[in-house]
Amino acid sequence: MKKFARIALLALLALASAAHAQLSIEITGGGANQIPVAVLQFAGEDQLPASITDIIEADLQRSGRFRLQYSGGVGVPPTEASQVNFTEWRNRSTDAMVIGAVQRLQDGRFEVRFRLLDVPRQSQLLGLGFTMTAAQLRLTGHKIADAIYEKLTGERGVFSTRIAYVVRQSGRFELRIADADGQNAQAALASREPIISPSWSPDGTRLAYVSFENKKAVVYQHSLATGQRQVVANFRGSNSAPSWSPDGRQLAVVLSRDGGSQLYLINADGTNVRRLTQNRSIDTEPVFTPDGQSIYFTSDRGGSPQIYRMAVNGGDAQRITFEGSYNVSPRVSADGKTLVYVSRNGSNFQLASLDLSSRQVQILTDTQRDESPSFAPNGRMILYATDIGGRGVLAAVSVDGRVRHRLSVQAADVREPAWGPFVGN
Amino acid sequence: MKKALVAVLAVTFLWACSSDPVKEESKADVEERSASKPGAAPDGSASTPVKPQSITPVTVGLKPEAAVPNILRDPKNILSKRSIFYDYDSDAIKDEYRPMMQAHAKYLADNPNARLLVQGNTDERGGREYNLALGQRRAEVVKRLLVLLGGREPQIESVSLGEEKPRCEANTEDCHGQNRRSDMLHSGEF
Repeated sequence: MKKFARIALLALLALASAAHAQLSIEITGGGANQIPVAVLQFAGEDQLPASITDIIEADLQRSGRFRLQYSGGVGVPPTEASQVNFTEWRNRSTDAMVIGAVQRLQDGRFEVRFRLLDVPRQSQLLGLGFTMTAAQLRLTGHKIADAIYEKLTGERGVFSTRIAYVVRQSGRFELRIADADGQNAQAALASREPIISPSWSPDGTRLAYVSFENKKAVVYQHSLATGQRQVVANFRGSNSAPSWSPDGRQLAVVLSRDGGSQLYLINADGTNVRRLTQNRSIDTEPVFTPDGQSIYFTSDRGGSPQIYRMAVNGGDAQRITFEGSYNVSPRVSADGKTLVYVSRNGSNFQLASLDLSSRQVQILTDTQRDESPSFAPNGRMILYATDIGGRGVLAAVSVDGRVRHRLSVQAADVREPAWGPFVGN
Repeated sequence: MKKALVAVLAVTFLWACSSDPVKEESKADVEERSASKPGAAPDGSASTPVKPQSITPVTVGLKPEAAVPNILRDPKNILSKRSIFYDYDSDAIKDEYRPMMQAHAKYLADNPNARLLVQGNTDERGGREYNLALGQRRAEVVKRLLVLLGGREPQIESVSLGEEKPRCEANTEDCHGQNRRSDMLHSGEF
């Protein structure tokens, strides 16, 4: 059955257009629960610079939650439910279908309207319209995919969220912002020195990161729309590992200004520095729990790097990871129930997840040099960096390990991904 | 805006619950997210304008390097040697580096205005931030030794580059050995 699902998927991918060519998706064991969906070409979409239905299909596909059905051979695409031959689609075992239309407005913008139909019930589940410029084609496609995803799964979609990552290319480093699928990338910062540890502000307007442009690690915050940058921490020694509090007012950072690498809290404007840990070990990679009350972090206080948890005001820390001798880079899911981190197994570094209530540990990936995990804001997928053929690439894996894919970023060496938050429309 | 969205969600929820077969639909039941949108759609109703997500790119450059005294650059002078290499997972400074460190400490003692930046580095294996902290530990050991040997604490800053500035990029033990190091930079070099 699993094999069949894979073959079906491959066949489907083969049928898919060139826009999908860069995508490699592997789905293991998730097939049985996939919702069969047909996305029909939107009437008039040939007026657009690219197919919006291709974008919607690729988004749904990548989530691993849907089985996309061959949607060709329908003649003139229907734009109204009344034009749909429901019997035919039911015979194709389609549960849901998407139809729509694109119209050019007098001001040069486009209006995209679509309907999501429940095929067995022959009813409309959703109907929405968006006005967009041609340049907003991908974003609009992602928003439509989000609406479909939410209607069919009951969870918010993340296709219209953004990701940040760092590219190293011919001796230059660029912090780039792209759509969640890795497309549509724009440079936010270019530097001749490394940039690491980007962290999104909870409202998605700013990034904090570590830049080495002054030959040492300095924490900045950077407003994406204006390009305005502000030093958050530039103390003697190294300043690193910024992580925003859920209210966006302060950051947890690692400073070595008092000797050693220790955890501190600092206001986003760089004022009010408070030391959180006092010891001679390495404490690093702080992340807030979603309620803002606790901090997970990496420490070698027990002799090897492991993940610990402490109250946001400091005090005793509780060890969280016990399996293995090297567990770093903790990240908490938005519901606070799952921790993912990088775990060393022999000479491999792989993503692991820990169910915080059952204490169950699961290795999520089959790659060997995983780094920098980052949860999608809906908690379904984890974006991470890994190394394939000596080249840094971005990959994503579902929180249950069943859906895996690589992002098609066109760059020599990609690292340090960070998945941005939900942003309101 | 939020209220409008809630209203919209409520409406879609009602649709979801309805199981009536489709009869005749008009464009009017395409849902509208914003009621007061300028620019009318062909059927007179409104649709949600997609908000732009603009990004202003920034480029940062390096400061030009200032003049460095010749004595620090003369390849025959021990002060031109700046690197300390480490064993795997170690921050111990081997004895072979002692004469070099004594020379740098003496230079600092003789030149009270001189400043030194110690940059700790690691090989590429493991997490970037954890490696940054390991590099910091190496640099701090170097600084402590330089102070013991006569440098003054305020003259020396220890920082880490972690795994970010490898000297050698192959995934071999020889390369990893070249990357596990501390470098000393004098005033004008940083």
